[in-house]
Amino acid sequence: MSTSTLPAAAAPAAVPKAQFDGKPLLLLGAIAVAALPLIGSPSTWVTLTVAGLAMGLIIFVIASGLTLVFGLMDVLNFGHGVFIAMGAFVATSVLGGMAGWTTAPSVWLNLGAVFTAMLAAMAVAGALGWAFERVIVRPVYGQHLKQILITMGGMIVGEEMIKVIWGPQQIPLPLPETLRGSFLIPVFGEAAAVEKYRVLAVLIGLVVFGALLWVLNRTKLGLLIRAGVQDREMVESLGCRIRRLFVGVFVAGSALAGLGGVMWGLYQQIVTPQIGAQVNVLIFIVIIIGGLGSTLGCFVGALLVGLLANYTGFLAPKVALFSNIGLMVAILLWRPQGLYPVTNR
Amino acid sequence: MNVLQLAGVHTHIAAYHILHGVDLAVPEGEVTMLLGRNGAGKTTTLRTIMGLWAARQGAISFKGGAIDKLPTPDIARLGIAYVPESMGIFSDLTVKENMLLAARAARHAAELDSERLEWIFGLFPALRKFWLYPAGKLSGGQKQMLAVARAIVEPRALLLIDEPSKGLAPAIIQNLISAFRELKSQRTTILLVEQNFAMARALGDSVAVMDNGRVVHSGRMAELAADDGLQQRLLGLSLGAHQ
Repeated sequence: MSTSTLPAAAAPAAVPKAQFDGKPLLLLGAIAVAALPLIGSPSTWVTLTVAGLAMGLIIFVIASGLTLVFGLMDVLNFGHGVFIAMGAFVATSVLGGMAGWTTAPSVWLNLGAVFTAMLAAMAVAGALGWAFERVIVRPVYGQHLKQILITMGGMIVGEEMIKVIWGPQQIPLPLPETLRGSFLIPVFGEAAAVEKYRVLAVLIGLVVFGALLWVLNRTKLGLLIRAGVQDREMVESLGCRIRRLFVGVFVAGSALAGLGGVMWGLYQQIVTPQIGAQVNVLIFIVIIIGGLGSTLGCFVGALLVGLLANYTGFLAPKVALFSNIGLMVAILLWRPQGLYPVTNR
Repeated sequence: MNVLQLAGVHTHIAAYHILHGVDLAVPEGEVTMLLGRNGAGKTTTLRTIMGLWAARQGAISFKGGAIDKLPTPDIARLGIAYVPESMGIFSDLTVKENMLLAARAARHAAELDSERLEWIFGLFPALRKFWLYPAGKLSGGQKQMLAVARAIVEPRALLLIDEPSKGLAPAIIQNLISAFRELKSQRTTILLVEQNFAMARALGDSVAVMDNGRVVHSGRMAELAADDGLQQRLLGLSLGAHQ
């Protein structure tokens, strides 16, 4: 076997190693630090920051599937909101039916009820996602305008279905007994109130983020997804049946939206059939800020949106309405492809 | 025996009729050169074989079985590897991950056939050096080496390679030629699209020349290489620029 000699020109020593781009994370930290003097009270800052992180992580759980669906197949799914609403409504039924567990003064029973509701919501939203992909999305591959119209239409149909099953009125989704109220954390002599449920939301969000990173970075399946986001045709040429992969990602993304719906519903403690449409705009802002198709970008984008919404809501409630759009404009002026652009697209 | 056979293949891309009845045979264990000027339909022929563009008419058979109705992944799974002109490198992924993607039998890098990997590193030493680097940071020549290495990470029955020498420095082209010679000595069947006649002459066993979406000449490479008049007639347009 001949070992061909490589000309010196072909092997420059100075190929840079992959460098992690930490600037978006620094921005996140900078915004949190900059908010402290503006807010003044460290205890209030802690309360707002935890609330922002909780909101951001819930949005991340919802949006992570959407960004992969777009990245993998160029599918703009404006109907993602229906999975959120479906998840939240399934939770109202499950938690309503488990009143014995939710009203018991036991953390374990309460958490058991919440996790049961989450699993049920994920199963129903995942199954709905499978049907949605088959009936609504599949006929319009590669046609963006039709995708937008028909997926929005699909969401309207989904909303009406929810009204048929659960009724048009809003349904309260109270937190189980032991998850209500706050922890009091001493900060410089003051007590910062941190709602228990927000801590739980942060933990669940981090678990989902960790699991997603593990699948994407440590498994062959994740490698195929990352490669498919960059160059679908080449992945197919290497022998991967990307359509099946896409259906799997769509179902998983819908299930995560269902989980996010439960988390969002418990965060608001009230559920309306329009809950999906309300969150829809927010999650599109997040995936555009993050860079379409990027999971890390979606994570950082969601945290930015969550923190900023809570800080501005406290500092200047009137500005809060525009803070997300303003953030998106600023980020796109800085990085037109989003925080972590996916190359080869 | 012919591994791959195209008979009367017509391909349309949107409103354009690109291939007008391509007849092509790729003999087993040989390097078949597909030559022709720009726009003759060489790339379209490779993409049609891979199922990336559908043949509207005609038959494509691989090892005796029809493949013209199969989706791309199934064609690849039969043992055809494709190196596109754009190289199809995943630039955000490392060299290792690019190789792992192509190895269908391996779930982790540790499961890659180490003996074969050593052989590939022998062909393209730069890949060992930059194993953990993002492929997007490699030079053009190194990317091309990675693209070819990816195609041979597992044994394949047929390699389709589209203009590997394009845009590369002469020294690197020489390196690629040595690597292809090594593949040839292993009796790998290759269908190689090339505009660089020197490279075609150095590697080809048989040759097909395309023009206007048809194969206008096929025969032995040695005969074409020895016949200046034929070269002039078939390749006159592309020769001057590339020799």
